[in-house]
Amino acid sequence: MDGIKSYVLICGGANCTSAHKDEIVKKMKGKIKEVGLKTEVQVLPKGCFGLCEEGPIFVVYPEGVFYSHVQASDINEIVVEHLLNGRIVDRLLYKGIVGKNIVTSLNDSKIYKKQTRIVLKNCGVINPENIDEYIAYDGYMALGKVLTEMTSEEVVEVIRKSGLRGRGGGGFPTGLKWSFAAKAEGKQKYVLCNADEGDPGAFMDRSVLEGDPHSVIEAMAIAGYAIGGSQGYIYIRAEYPLAIKRLEIAIEQAREYGLLGENIFDSGFNFDVELRLGAGAFICGEETALIASIEGERGMPRNKPPFPAIKGLWGMPTILNNVETYANISQIILKGVDWFRSIGTEKSPGTKVFALGGKISNTGLVEIPIGTKLREIIFDIGGGIPNGKEFKAVQTGGPSGGCITSDHLDVEIDYETLIELGSMMGSGGMIVMDEDNCMVDIARFFLDFTVDESCGKCTPCREGTKRMLEILEKITTGNGEAEDLVKLERLAYVIKDTSLCGLGQTAPNPVLSTLKYYEDEYKAHVFENRCPAGYCHELIQYFVADDCKGCSKCVSVCPVGAISGVIKQQHTIDDDKCIKCGECLEICPFDIIIKK
Amino acid sequence: MKSLEELMKLKEETLKKINLDSKKNGIRIVVGMATCGIAAGAKPVFSIIEEEVGKRKMKNVEVHMTGCIGICRFEPVVEVYASDGNKTTYVYMTEEKAMNVIDEHIAKGNIVYEYTIGAYEK
Ligand SMILES: Cc1cc2nc3c(=O)[nH]c(=O)nc-3n(C[C@H](O)[C@H](O)[C@H](O)COP(=O)(O)O)c2cc1C
Repeated sequence: MDGIKSYVLICGGANCTSAHKDEIVKKMKGKIKEVGLKTEVQVLPKGCFGLCEEGPIFVVYPEGVFYSHVQASDINEIVVEHLLNGRIVDRLLYKGIVGKNIVTSLNDSKIYKKQTRIVLKNCGVINPENIDEYIAYDGYMALGKVLTEMTSEEVVEVIRKSGLRGRGGGGFPTGLKWSFAAKAEGKQKYVLCNADEGDPGAFMDRSVLEGDPHSVIEAMAIAGYAIGGSQGYIYIRAEYPLAIKRLEIAIEQAREYGLLGENIFDSGFNFDVELRLGAGAFICGEETALIASIEGERGMPRNKPPFPAIKGLWGMPTILNNVETYANISQIILKGVDWFRSIGTEKSPGTKVFALGGKISNTGLVEIPIGTKLREIIFDIGGGIPNGKEFKAVQTGGPSGGCITSDHLDVEIDYETLIELGSMMGSGGMIVMDEDNCMVDIARFFLDFTVDESCGKCTPCREGTKRMLEILEKITTGNGEAEDLVKLERLAYVIKDTSLCGLGQTAPNPVLSTLKYYEDEYKAHVFENRCPAGYCHELIQYFVADDCKGCSKCVSVCPVGAISGVIKQQHTIDDDKCIKCGECLEICPFDIIIKK
Repeated sequence: MKSLEELMKLKEETLKKINLDSKKNGIRIVVGMATCGIAAGAKPVFSIIEEEVGKRKMKNVEVHMTGCIGICRFEPVVEVYASDGNKTTYVYMTEEKAMNVIDEHIAKGNIVYEYTIGAYEK
């Protein structure tokens, strides 16, 4: 038996036998043969392992891995994942025998290896409701240093030299923005923080505020000193109650310690921060609309110039930065420009936090040096696509962005490369899509969002996005016509060119980028009445193939009674009644129901 | 706050008090309690740990809530910083598992390997 590499022992006790052991053994042997491991793996029924409650038990040698509660439906996974690919199927592992030589700390795990933590360095480490812990980790040292050792001009200069760019989406150089406001005249100047975080699927800013609120407050005070302003406002959506609560606690504690208020560090510098709550409108993340909202006006944008740095809140010079942008400031002050520039790329130093979501194994927050390849984010940190599906694309920049396809997995992510690909960095939402996602429907989804969120002030955005959505709805329901594709593209460019603010100017991006990379999917919908991903309900059909055994299992699960047939005879599905839920396909033991 | 020295002093004092630093004798337990952690059930986990540590008068153990550590998939997450500076990350925590961690890891110093991130990460 020298060819044998693995042995699978299956318990043969009475209990396990009753739990369909024979069926399981048969299925296992069949699958092993199917994947070509017949000469390498031997399946051996064994006596009882004495763990009947956990049965059926499988033990795979030489690793000595114990699987418990194995069902017939688990066999394929064990064979493919473990025997073929050498990956242990964790969810079936018998608890209590996990070896000691595993990774026990997150910091040693694969998820963490490629990450660099600047913005998130305190998140998940300190207690955010205790200012002392923030101080223990060098909190407010940067403010102290700035107020006691540096001039305002020097602070602006350090931020400018660091190359820090705005993390709220646009990537505008932060130091430059500060220098405009510093030079502008005004009897009061304001420091604003954009915590509106409107991109659906993004939660970086919320996490920073919930995990490390002082880092933002400290940076705002530094910004105040740099531009000569004494009042800050954090504009945060009311849908973030926990972040609001922690900010309130943090502001209170900072005031108690004299780190906000008058004559901070005995320097003569005064600064205070207040919260302003937004009602969760996407448009209120746009800077001029945000300012209008703080002023008590309706949250609508206005034309630029004048830019807020010259004429902002209540007509005074104002800087607005994103939460994540601020979270970098103190560390740049403390560790210096060279340190910051050693991370990331020449044009975009530092890190970016992404909220990884959608069809990805490790959903969560990741902070990576700018310039990291998309492949590393998706597969090394994100753990790849679950359920053995194929990676299709990732949407960055949310409703203002576009998709990046598998052809561009090796592109180094920064502000410029993403724009080149027809997407944008945005605030950091990253939604992963697999083969089951229809790209036309994705475009429809984001357009649906912008139609809802358009403030209505300018016509191209108010009317144009609605017309685009109608066309997309036509296409996804199988009513698209050839000229719709032409119209869609023309409308997109008109809206981009003529809208008043960033919302309208970027709203067509999801359509343009899917049209660019997945034109064939659009065409299949329009010309062949077909959704290649099998997603758009009106374009798919379920039917029963000819060799139906008539077991009628499908009839019992169909929620709308669309399946009929006499027992032991061919069944049929009534397409008019069918709601395409797929339940019948799941349950059919003979794989005879087909989706087309 | 009137000077950097004053801030430094506060920092040093805090570092002496809390078990963040590797030179400490104590153990620090943190529970991820951002929106994501709480949604996944971190609150009862935090309560039971805090309660149990209090009940057993474990003087050298401190329990804190903390922000999001970024691994939404594994929430609720509990991390234990041992006095030797090593950190253990427990994932998918429940009240029951938390009790086991207190019995085994906190009281006796035995890491409960089956709850750690390595047991679940692919
Ligand atoms: C429709 C729209 C929505 C926006 N939403 C946000 C947001 O939620 N958060 C944010 O920081 N910036 C948002 N921005 C960008 C802001 O207008 C602004 O550029 C940014 O807050 C500046 O900060 P930064 O330079 O630090 O990135 C949005 C812009 C537009 C056009």
